[in-house]
Amino acid sequence: MSEIDRGVVRYVADLARIALTDEEVDRFTAQLSVVLDAVGKLREVDTERVPPTASVLPLQNVLREDEVREGLTVEQAMRNAPSRDGDLFRVQTVIEERPPSG
Amino acid sequence: MAEAGTVRELASALRARSTSAVELARDAIARAKADPYNAWLLVAEEHALALAQAADERIAAGDPALLCGIPWACKDIIGTKDVETTAGSRILDGYVPPYSATVVERLDREGAVMIGKTNLDEFAMGSSNENSAFGPAHNPWDPARVPGGSSGGSAVSVAAGEVTFALGTDTGGSIRQPGALTGIVGMKPTYGRVSRYGVVAFASSLDQVGPFARAVEDAAIVCQALFGLDPSDATTMPLPAEDLRRDLERGVKGMRLGVPKEYFIRGIEPGVERAVRAAIRDLESQGASIEEVSLPSTDSALGVYYIIQPAEASANLARYDGVRFGLRVEGPDLVETYKRTRGAGFGAEVKRRMILGTYALSTGYYDAYYVKAQKVRTLIKEEFERVFAKVDALVTPTSPSIAFGIGAKVNDPLQMYLNDVFTLPVNIAGLPGISIPCGLSEGLPVGLQVIAGYFQEATLFRVAAAYERATDHHTLRPSTLRKS
Repeated sequence: MSEIDRGVVRYVADLARIALTDEEVDRFTAQLSVVLDAVGKLREVDTERVPPTASVLPLQNVLREDEVREGLTVEQAMRNAPSRDGDLFRVQTVIEERPPSG
Repeated sequence: MAEAGTVRELASALRARSTSAVELARDAIARAKADPYNAWLLVAEEHALALAQAADERIAAGDPALLCGIPWACKDIIGTKDVETTAGSRILDGYVPPYSATVVERLDREGAVMIGKTNLDEFAMGSSNENSAFGPAHNPWDPARVPGGSSGGSAVSVAAGEVTFALGTDTGGSIRQPGALTGIVGMKPTYGRVSRYGVVAFASSLDQVGPFARAVEDAAIVCQALFGLDPSDATTMPLPAEDLRRDLERGVKGMRLGVPKEYFIRGIEPGVERAVRAAIRDLESQGASIEEVSLPSTDSALGVYYIIQPAEASANLARYDGVRFGLRVEGPDLVETYKRTRGAGFGAEVKRRMILGTYALSTGYYDAYYVKAQKVRTLIKEEFERVFAKVDALVTPTSPSIAFGIGAKVNDPLQMYLNDVFTLPVNIAGLPGISIPCGLSEGLPVGLQVIAGYFQEATLFRVAAAYERATDHHTLRPSTLRKS
């Protein structure tokens, strides 16, 4: 059996920044347990002296000249913004003011 | 309003002035608008007519490009400048890309005419097109059944004769499986052949763009336009140009074709096995020698895929945060805004895979899952390499089943994932694969998969074209179309 339970699903969803309803937590816990049990069979494969493959291509360190090229204009880059302030993406305050000490 | 012809038919009709690109585009637009299968998310009428007008001018000036003026459909995960791109998701609500994917630019350069954007499983995560935020696409062979996925809409647009070809993306079978289930050609190139620049990223070490078509030659013509180094995608391979159609007429006489025994066990439908075994006999009677081969790690491919793919996806989809584009659902603070945006914007399958992928990458599980999967990936790749030292190509079923009913597997993710057991090992190893129609089972199409060695697409097309010439399965049409 896999080690996934409702607490793990909530914790991992939090890491992934996804809000879940209680119903989703229940459903995904059951479904992901089945998937992880199937995936867990990999543990039985002997990989003692096998290196990992991240990419199948025989390419390494693809380099190019560091040349100035035309990119998107500010307006092109900004035009899909859900909320903006001139040439800036508007988000909520991230750093709050320190409460007065004392 | 007849069905769209093949590239060769249309290219010669255009040169004979018996039709025009504008006329072809108008017909395709009318078919797309009348499509009863929910194959299209957007018909880009004005955009298409402008492209068609330009194509007519090029043809009048003597442009020989075969794809000039040919109508095509684009999976809506491929970015198109100034044409809305959804990836089948609510989270990209209203997103209009400021640039086109390299594959779209290359088809634009040929003069091909994009008619619109097609339905898909959200972020290409699915094997049935049922995970689309915009409703499932329906199979023209039986509208109560799925067309396969994730590139379901693209497959349907070609299978229903609405356009001549379509582009899809294939991460674990998302071109080949819907190609099989709708009775057309679906092809995934070698990883590194086609630029992924401008394509919404799903699992970056597995994703590859490829064509759907009615004819093997058309798939080769489209690949000819797509293949090649792109400075904007460092995973495209620098290779000398080659003629992908050079072996189309050669036949299979003298070729060695391998049949991996591990592809004929585990849940394959008897009707599918019958059709595929008959296809292998047809290839043998065309002069190929058939050998049974073994790929012992095939059994581990599903596990490898369902770690690597969600892990890469969970990193790629981190960018959907409601700040720079797409949906934003405000919360009391920024972190809560991220969570609410992603909770509301992603569908159930995407959430499941984000959780699975984040879990596999998290502290304490990274070595046990992610690194382990990458090691088994090495074994799978090496087994293919050993087999390709002995045979020229492999022939297998594309999918273990024919098209299944809409709703039949939606609540059982593992059953859904098993649709791709014969296609996903090809992505794990990065090899090229093609699915071609090889007959019917219970009145529905079955696909034959041909797999070749790295960058051996000409060999794939050779086998597929020989089979197409020797049989008439590719001429079969759904009865829903025959009636009209």
